[in-house]
Amino acid sequence: MSDKTSVIETKKLTAKDFSSQQDVRWCPGCGDYSILAQMQRTSPDLGIPKEKFVWVSGIGCSSRFPYYMDTYGFHGIHGRALAIASGVKIANPDLSVWVATGDGDCLSIGGNHFIHTCRRNMDIKILLFNNRIYGLTKGQYSPTSEKGKKTKSTPFGSIDYPFNPPAVAIGVDATFVARSVDRDPKHLQAMMQRAAKHTGTAFIEIFQNCNIFNDGAFFDLTEKDRKADNVVMMEHGKPLLFGKENDKAIILDGLTPKVVSLADGKYSVNDAWVHDEFDRNPARAHILSHFTEMEGFPVPFGVFRQIEKSTYDGDTHDQIESFIKVKGQGDLNKLFMSGNTWTIE
Amino acid sequence: MEKDVQILEDVTIRFAGDSGDGMQLTGSQFTNSTALAGNDLSTLPDYPAEIRAPAGTLYGVSGFQLHFSNSDIQTPGDSPDVLVAMNPAALKVNLKDLKKNATIIVNTSAFDAKNLKLAHYDSNPLEDDSLEGYEVVQVPLTQMTMTALESLSISIKEKERCKNFFALGLMYWLYSRPIEATLEWIDEKFGKLPLIQEANKKALMAGYYFGENTELFTSRFHIERAKLPEGTYRNISGNEATAYGFIAASVKSKLPLFLGSYPITPASDILHELSRHRNFGVKTFQAEDEIAAVAATIGAAYAGSLAITTTSGPGLALKTEAVGLAVMTELPMVIVNVQRGGPSTGLPTKTEQADLLQAVHGRNGEAPVCVLAAATPADCFDVAIEASRIAIKYMTPVIMLTDGYLGNGSEPWLVPPVDSIPEIPVHFVAEGEEFHPYSRDENLSRPWAKPGTPGLEHRIGGLEKAHITGHVNYDPDNHHFMINMRQNKINKIQQDIPDLEVRGDQKGDLLVLGWGGTFGAITEAVTKVTKTGYNVSQAHLKHMCPFPKNTAEVLKNFKKVLIPEINLGQLAKLIKMEFLIDVESFNRVRGLPFKSSDIEARIIEILGEQK
Repeated sequence: MSDKTSVIETKKLTAKDFSSQQDVRWCPGCGDYSILAQMQRTSPDLGIPKEKFVWVSGIGCSSRFPYYMDTYGFHGIHGRALAIASGVKIANPDLSVWVATGDGDCLSIGGNHFIHTCRRNMDIKILLFNNRIYGLTKGQYSPTSEKGKKTKSTPFGSIDYPFNPPAVAIGVDATFVARSVDRDPKHLQAMMQRAAKHTGTAFIEIFQNCNIFNDGAFFDLTEKDRKADNVVMMEHGKPLLFGKENDKAIILDGLTPKVVSLADGKYSVNDAWVHDEFDRNPARAHILSHFTEMEGFPVPFGVFRQIEKSTYDGDTHDQIESFIKVKGQGDLNKLFMSGNTWTIE
Repeated sequence: MEKDVQILEDVTIRFAGDSGDGMQLTGSQFTNSTALAGNDLSTLPDYPAEIRAPAGTLYGVSGFQLHFSNSDIQTPGDSPDVLVAMNPAALKVNLKDLKKNATIIVNTSAFDAKNLKLAHYDSNPLEDDSLEGYEVVQVPLTQMTMTALESLSISIKEKERCKNFFALGLMYWLYSRPIEATLEWIDEKFGKLPLIQEANKKALMAGYYFGENTELFTSRFHIERAKLPEGTYRNISGNEATAYGFIAASVKSKLPLFLGSYPITPASDILHELSRHRNFGVKTFQAEDEIAAVAATIGAAYAGSLAITTTSGPGLALKTEAVGLAVMTELPMVIVNVQRGGPSTGLPTKTEQADLLQAVHGRNGEAPVCVLAAATPADCFDVAIEASRIAIKYMTPVIMLTDGYLGNGSEPWLVPPVDSIPEIPVHFVAEGEEFHPYSRDENLSRPWAKPGTPGLEHRIGGLEKAHITGHVNYDPDNHHFMINMRQNKINKIQQDIPDLEVRGDQKGDLLVLGWGGTFGAITEAVTKVTKTGYNVSQAHLKHMCPFPKNTAEVLKNFKKVLIPEINLGQLAKLIKMEFLIDVESFNRVRGLPFKSSDIEARIIEILGEQK
């Protein structure tokens, strides 16, 4: 190896190297800015050559994301990002394929592609920007909007029950399911790193504030004064504790989770549910994912589950390799002459 | 008992029975053996959309028609000379299609009160005079099969199911076909079920020997080998030929082949065929729906594959928005539409040509694509390669139209020497080369830059692009410029495709202009009327958009232009619109290929009875 090459190889990229020169056109104050910044900061540290990143998106505010990353990028059509990304990944499994999507794009028009991508364990990283509202079409309710929500298209309140994105993902056996939030940069970066290192479909639900159409939707989870009582951080091998003084715990009574106080001496840390990210059985991850709908329960952040399974793109590659071993490399003439032939002289 | 052998020029046979009777299998085995006997042939499988419709019903009848000859033939035959009817319903449904004095071989075992009632027969047609004029050969096929298999310890139902092989054996004897290929096929197919294997072989042989020994037939028939051009042949269906064409295009372009598809009748066989050839590096992706299939195809094209998606009309409707994305991102891909009866779910297993306007125009915005159409089953091979070549050279989606008749129908294919298929040049932008995503070469194509190439990181998508840089751009003048650029690029393909050829005089009273799967029927009709003294010329379009550059010139040399189409005049509309000339249309939309005699009659109607 010449000195020159080694210099190039060791040249450390920075966040700036991942920033394209295009003007960012999100509304001032939008949570998307933070997600973009964390991704640009994280990217140089992932050990992936810059040219191998491909960002794919559909339609919506979040789907402008690829334009702002100085990587290969494909801004698709509404709902189809995961299908386009699947084609990219199957065609070239060497690429690191990332999808930026929103609650409408991913779970409404693109819902079918979402469940099937997870089911196949396609090696794609999915960042779901969940702001629980339609932004780009100016303020209609989304499949994650809470029931009763008044929006432009639901003046009397939404009568839809919302999707619970991690529950959906766990339900279709996604191999990596996590949650983070735009206003916790460190945590978000950590989740991005974990997703990048996972082989298979990696899904991160990112709570993202839309300051125009749904401002403050997640303030209970992000503002200093309220956060501690409303959020529980999931960490592998650690008890599920929360509260300003870590004085509340989740215990599991059979299949029923309960919030208990550690202050009155009735329960100790040893009674708390210890989180196991790598549990192959999805039951506990499922229970955790439903905390968001349970009165008095904190919202979990972190990794719900991470399991290992072969990937669709990897299996495609393996099938081709092993078939070639048995049959030999395809030969056109042999193919044409397969079956019964006859010759006219 | 030695029997006479009569020499015939050509024969059309139709096998008909319940959709569970194995008629498609019987037909395709007979086809294969006929091909090996060296005859030219053309087939028309015609089956219901229901997989196993209730036994004995009229709507459950499945048929397979085969036309074979000692000379070059073009169609599966207008009316059968021979019908093999496995039950009363098969007789009833098919009788009206037969030639006047046709031979009908009936399975009398199935003519019981229950089946007669299911077929809405008030009295048994074998006993009244309703089959007068036909030569009816009554064979208790089911019963004889059971007798032949008496000694085998399999169930009665399993024995009964072998009756199609008995019928096949009988027909092999009657038309002097080689039996070995079917015996080998049975060995291969049922090798793991030795009793069933033995039963099918026994039934086949029993049918064959029955022909030899019965006094029902006083003679058997022989059809000489056809005098076709020299070379090696094999039988091929349109769907197989399409799959082979793409594999060949992949080898010749040195691009990995990617197929994104969702099962749909009658296109699924292309997916099945391509899935078998992983050793060519073929990646088939059975997606969750039609839209995912085309979207993944776009992704694979972006990543540098020869990317194709296969579907039929309703599927193309679902893919429409994504085809527009491929137009905007200017990525090479081929969309195959094996057309079927529409609208909506329509007639899933029947043929039609009614998606031409959908292919040429059916997208939002000004979204021009190249459209090609195959003329015969074997022609699908050439068109698949041509579609791939154009897609790559012009960085554009290409829609390839075939139809149910071409896809399922088969004919002998003169296997091309591999070296005779031209290479398809591909250029990927290399690291360090000057690169602007939307710059143009002499063909107006933009460069193809593969993700993974250092230094070429760029973004594309469905929003309007600025000329050269490819940045998102809303400028009115740029939009106007790009709209024209995309159209001009497609127009430019015209300089790169063969002229429209005229068979017959280059100038005259009548030109019959066709496109797609009607080629055989039109050719036969034109040949016949020409033989009787009419002066008629024929031209057949393969490039539907853009048209060959001499099209206007060709059309203007004729007083009248007749366009037969299995739709309500879609090519006629395009021709009138583009060339401002009047044309005559001939339209029959029955879910079936044209009968050449119908086209013949229309030609004579236009030109007047011969004086």
